[in-house]
Amino acid sequence: MLTNSHEVRRQVFAVLVENKFGVLGRITGLFSARGFNIESLSVAETEDPTVSRITLVTEGDTKVLEQIHKQLNRLIDVIKVTNLSEEPHVDREMVLIKVAAEDEMRAEVLRLADIFRAKIVDVTPKTYVLEVTGDEGKIRAVISLLKPLGIKEVVRTGKIAIARGLRVL
Amino acid sequence: MQGAEIFVESLCKEGVDTVFGHPGGAILPINDALYRAGMRTILTRHEQGAVHMAEGYARATGKPGVVLVTSGPGGTNVVTGLTNAFMDSTPIVVFTGQVPTAVIGNDAFQEADIVGITHSCTKHNTLVRDVRELTRTIKEAFYIAATGRPGPVLVDIPKDVSTASCDFVYPDTVNLRGYKPTIVGHAGQIRRAAEMLATAQRPVIYAGGGAILSGAAPELRQLSELTATPVTNTLMGLGSFPGVHPLWLGMLGMHGTATANTAMDAADVILAIGVRFDDRVTGNVEEFCVGAKFVHIDIDPSSIGKNVQVDVPIVGDVKHCLRRLLDELQGLDKDWQEAHRPWLAQIEEWKAKFPLQYVQEPGGELLPQFVCEQIYEVTRGEAIITTEVGQHQMWAAQFYHFMRPRRWVTSGGLGTMGFGFPAAIGAQVAFPHEVVIDIAGDGSFQMTSQELATAVQYNLPVIVAILNNHSLGMVRQWQQFFYAGRYADSSLEVSPDYVKLADAYGAIGLRATKPDEVRPVLEEAIRLRRPVVIDFPVKMMENVFPMIPSGGSIKDMLLA
Repeated sequence: MLTNSHEVRRQVFAVLVENKFGVLGRITGLFSARGFNIESLSVAETEDPTVSRITLVTEGDTKVLEQIHKQLNRLIDVIKVTNLSEEPHVDREMVLIKVAAEDEMRAEVLRLADIFRAKIVDVTPKTYVLEVTGDEGKIRAVISLLKPLGIKEVVRTGKIAIARGLRVL
Repeated sequence: MQGAEIFVESLCKEGVDTVFGHPGGAILPINDALYRAGMRTILTRHEQGAVHMAEGYARATGKPGVVLVTSGPGGTNVVTGLTNAFMDSTPIVVFTGQVPTAVIGNDAFQEADIVGITHSCTKHNTLVRDVRELTRTIKEAFYIAATGRPGPVLVDIPKDVSTASCDFVYPDTVNLRGYKPTIVGHAGQIRRAAEMLATAQRPVIYAGGGAILSGAAPELRQLSELTATPVTNTLMGLGSFPGVHPLWLGMLGMHGTATANTAMDAADVILAIGVRFDDRVTGNVEEFCVGAKFVHIDIDPSSIGKNVQVDVPIVGDVKHCLRRLLDELQGLDKDWQEAHRPWLAQIEEWKAKFPLQYVQEPGGELLPQFVCEQIYEVTRGEAIITTEVGQHQMWAAQFYHFMRPRRWVTSGGLGTMGFGFPAAIGAQVAFPHEVVIDIAGDGSFQMTSQELATAVQYNLPVIVAILNNHSLGMVRQWQQFFYAGRYADSSLEVSPDYVKLADAYGAIGLRATKPDEVRPVLEEAIRLRRPVVIDFPVKMMENVFPMIPSGGSIKDMLLA
């Protein structure tokens, strides 16, 4: 009976929720209980302090993605669910990278930082911490270029996303 | 007003007449306030009993059942019932006591994170952190439990909240921006459904618990009769369509009638109403009704397209949608009887070929099917029947024919052994003058039999009919079919004497061992108007047929 596409796709959901105790637990609990994946998740208050916004990156085939959408909507504390991947949107992620930087490598790191418009936010004689903001492709590129120089630690915010144009959620 | 008094006033505002529960330290202020206010409380012997009683009450009346238990183990003991109510969309509101807010998180005595524990088995739950939130939280709890797709709601009340004071102001309305159930179905989709039904040659209506929850039995019957379309029910849907109607196919699914399953398989259009395409209905979804187009009406969008792809999805209240669908269909100029004559003739042929059957030898061992049929005949199909889970449940579903909704209370989705007896007590509390019978297995009854004390204490004339096969019959049946007869842990070699057990609790114990004793014993049990346990020793090796093995399809159906 299933004629759905079984192709697994990665999607970005924007979820507006009541800014209340325990709501995040409810959402992550739903994902684990139903066997859905969370690739990344970021959450913070919106311009309305009673509302929080969660940006959630997940993956699945058409049927799974539809269930994720519907099951999120079933939660009483979820105000609105939008699959931003189905419309024009901008997404960004910030990453802090602590990279080894000694001797002649210090210049190389700075050169790469400049190319990616990364900021140096911490400096020691042996390390730099770079702050990079960008889409998935840029983050992947900067990490792969810095890797040979000696990445010591990476921390990522997870993706945040917003619809393009006049549309607001 | 004190929080505990606010609680009682709030329950009165919600029209609550009975609270099922068990007291304890953290909830004592509320037990005390209920006592002072003269609210009817039913003291159970275990919290699981309380929550199943509330479910039985809710299923029989349509009103939310209310439970009050203490913190810690009081809360953890209601988890099975909450999960059961969640699976079967039963509206209940469970109030748990909690340790005082100042010590929450300190591993205090009888502390459990019951809100965290029950996130995934409630429709919603809340910890009340301030007495000023109490009325709004209670109002919302009853609203959420009873509207949309109903379900269990838990409210956790710390002890200091029930002893703190504030003014009593009960809200008139609820405003939840994240919860707006869709009632009105999409008009265009309903028109498409009507068109699809009008062109169908072999249509079947497949109706479930949603038809009962929305009170749509009259519309369902009207639709079936207007369009000459046969009806099958899920286990949860029994009673939404008269079990003796000429268009009735019987229950479908794993232990459904061969007629219902064969008709579903042969259908070209299936109208699915308030159902969720459970695996006990579909078996292997790849082989489920491959020739059919589906219309699916359900109030819960997440039930649509979850297991089976449908052609015309309609999100909305079943009763409302069926009324609009009837409007559309009544406008058509069509001789439905004529159009479906060959299909209905085919169905009559199947009914004649595949009846549910058993042979009760007059001098032989008692057969469980015979006992179920006798219960049906003695009560003329008018009793409220509850069940436990297992073989007896399937025989009850097959051989008791329900005439109207809310007379059948069984654990469908979760399959909770021990459900039926407390559920029967809850239904009897709601309808003290009706005949309420728990058709039980001996394995299941032992899981909550302590509630005999509750039935006796409140003089609730519940009848427990134990189909006693000295084993966990359904497990034994699977072991016989699929595990080469290795009966691992399914034989109940030691069991109580159920007549003596009833007597020990102050209930009446009866026993029938021969076929001709069954009817007189049942009649006596009904006449007594006391809590009664009847032991029916039945044939151990009897199996439930038809059977479509788990994950199979119609071609795997075993008829005997």
